[in-house]
Amino acid sequence: MKSLVIQGGRVIDPANSIDKVCDVLIVDGKVAAIDPAGSAAERVIDATGCIVSPGFIDCHVSFREPGSEEDETISTGSRSAIAGGFTTVACLPDTEPPIDTRAAAEFVIRQSKRADGSRVFPLGAVTKNLKGEELAEIGQLIHGGAVGFSEGKQAIANSEIMRRALQYTSMWNRPLLHQPCVPELSAGGVMHEGYVSTVLGLRGIPAAAEEIMVRRDIALVENTEGRIHLMSLSSLRSVEEVRQARARGLKVTADVTPHHLLLTDDLLSGFDTHLKVDPPLRTEEHRQALIAGLQDGTISIIASDHQPWAQEKKEREFDQSPSGIVGLETLLPICIAALIEPGLLNWSQLISKLTLGPARLLGLEGGTLSVGARADIVIFDPQEHWTIDARQFASRSRNTPFHGKSVTGRVRHTLVDGEVRYPRPETH
Amino acid sequence: MTEMATATESTSWQRRDLLGLQHLSREEIELILDQAAEFKRHQLEGHTKHNLLAGMTVANLFFEPSTRTKTSFSLAAKRLSADTVDFSASGSSLSKGETFIDTALTIQAMGIDLMVVRHSSAGAPQLLTKYLNCGILNAGDGTHEHPTQGLLDIFTVREQLRDLTGKTITLVGDIKHSRVARSNIWGLKKLGARVIVCGPPTLIPPHIEKLGVEVAHKLDEVLEQSDVINLLRVQFERQRGAFFPSIAEYAHLFGMNRDRIRRAKDNVLILAPGPINRGVEITPDVADGPHSQILHQVTNGLFVRMSCLYLLAKFAKESRA
Repeated sequence: MKSLVIQGGRVIDPANSIDKVCDVLIVDGKVAAIDPAGSAAERVIDATGCIVSPGFIDCHVSFREPGSEEDETISTGSRSAIAGGFTTVACLPDTEPPIDTRAAAEFVIRQSKRADGSRVFPLGAVTKNLKGEELAEIGQLIHGGAVGFSEGKQAIANSEIMRRALQYTSMWNRPLLHQPCVPELSAGGVMHEGYVSTVLGLRGIPAAAEEIMVRRDIALVENTEGRIHLMSLSSLRSVEEVRQARARGLKVTADVTPHHLLLTDDLLSGFDTHLKVDPPLRTEEHRQALIAGLQDGTISIIASDHQPWAQEKKEREFDQSPSGIVGLETLLPICIAALIEPGLLNWSQLISKLTLGPARLLGLEGGTLSVGARADIVIFDPQEHWTIDARQFASRSRNTPFHGKSVTGRVRHTLVDGEVRYPRPETH
Repeated sequence: MTEMATATESTSWQRRDLLGLQHLSREEIELILDQAAEFKRHQLEGHTKHNLLAGMTVANLFFEPSTRTKTSFSLAAKRLSADTVDFSASGSSLSKGETFIDTALTIQAMGIDLMVVRHSSAGAPQLLTKYLNCGILNAGDGTHEHPTQGLLDIFTVREQLRDLTGKTITLVGDIKHSRVARSNIWGLKKLGARVIVCGPPTLIPPHIEKLGVEVAHKLDEVLEQSDVINLLRVQFERQRGAFFPSIAEYAHLFGMNRDRIRRAKDNVLILAPGPINRGVEITPDVADGPHSQILHQVTNGLFVRMSCLYLLAKFAKESRA
């Protein structure tokens, strides 16, 4: 019997409405007791001054393996996750080849087990080869370990294909994660269409590109009684549409990235490709609407949308560089800067969006510290001041606009199945 | 070759790079224009060549096809006695997969003082300033800015109208894809002009009015108010898909022809940054007619570019000293 006690931390478990300073006892990789009477154990972790939370769960990251291992591998990605406090992540199928077969899904699971970082689950492709034409073998993918379905950063433009996908996935009650965007409206676009794009002469992506697709997806959910999750919302009207759809009882959920909560398009005037993301950073009114969506529960999940790119791919002309930020290791301090410090969310609300929200979406048992649950836990110091240094990332890539930023809040320990995986034992 | 007096400098030039007109002050713009006027005066007096950049090297890096701008910059550098090297993307190592930054670093390593850069991506010259030590002069980046074209347009107008305060300059056509329009707007507004942009709504970018310009969609409605009409080239190569139904319809609605000249102000100035599409933005009789400034623009472009090269080179020398 292996036992471990996390002592003196502020334990926050939104699923069980717990928020108090107490100990957590872990026995054989499972939560044995919260606030145990005695706390004798083989190992003790002092969490004084820290928050003890269920391990974070990210419902969509890109790990680029197989195909672009120069950007990230499942191994480096899962260690990046662990360093950021994530005990479970789901990776998008937009690899080369894509995760569109059972064998490919099993490959992800196998690599994840070898990696010794966070748990990594595959999201299967919705269509064969991500072409948007024929449904992939969704049932086989589920048997191979897929926890949900997605076409990656690409939208499913064909409404009939989307309708069938919603119908077919409902057979297993697995979520379909879609990044809503009308491709014709975003084609060639590299930033939010507005005043700043006009000044910079960069091709814009109108907010309407997202909003139209959000409306279509909601209409199809209504039509099929299916279930959809909208990834990386960026626009004010999208939030309104999701709010109304949820009020009507439709199975529509949504997430937002930390960078859309903190940054706006006016920062692009230096043509820094690290700020080029998909969907693009928009204006302050959109940013405010996303925060309001988090506050009233319209948006139940915050996801890093971790998009690693090798240096040579990002250090390019703005319109030639790929979109995305490597996000797992900066998510916590950026969320603190965007939401906690200004007093927009409380700790329990924030942790819920990083644990319970994504666990429910993906149908995973994690996301809580209930007695008997797997001891997937993150311990972080909410007060520690530090400077983000991309060179220290566990991720293979460094593409972040936050390099050099002074932040507050840092992960101290991440445990998977009660085992400390971060910091790694040899460096501890 | 002569030593020459330079324009009186109440403002001195304090920039390593010239990336656009957006961030220049009115005084800086006037400094460039006055210096260009000085070069023009010397030319008229028969002094074509100056030794101001003797011993310096100017590289022209054109990652996008160009004949007139490149020739103009090359000649401007030679008139100032600089050594020049020209680099074009075609047939270069870019086709071998080298990045644009590496190409620029390689050229710089040959001992370059100023680099004139044209690129199809907005922001490309600004990106280079992060990696290079030499001065960077933007010769057109995507649909962002083309400062020397804006300056030479303004120089040409100022030469005719003297003071731009309250004068109405109408930019016609593809505002959305035009770096020339953006540079013109920044510069003209700083000099106190009234600017109208006129084109079909599909070619007017969002929130352009925040730059202090008025938006019109019908050329005939603004024709009579305009002191200057600048006919932007239809950027067939930058557009995705059709922004208007046909060239014939565009010419019908926005083309400058004899009939429109008749209805315009008597002394209206017609500018076109070129290369012009005859029969599209402008009919041949107008292009070659008395109102046309097209060839003056080309002539003035040389002096404006000499002025920019000179000011940047002077700053580079001073900061090295």
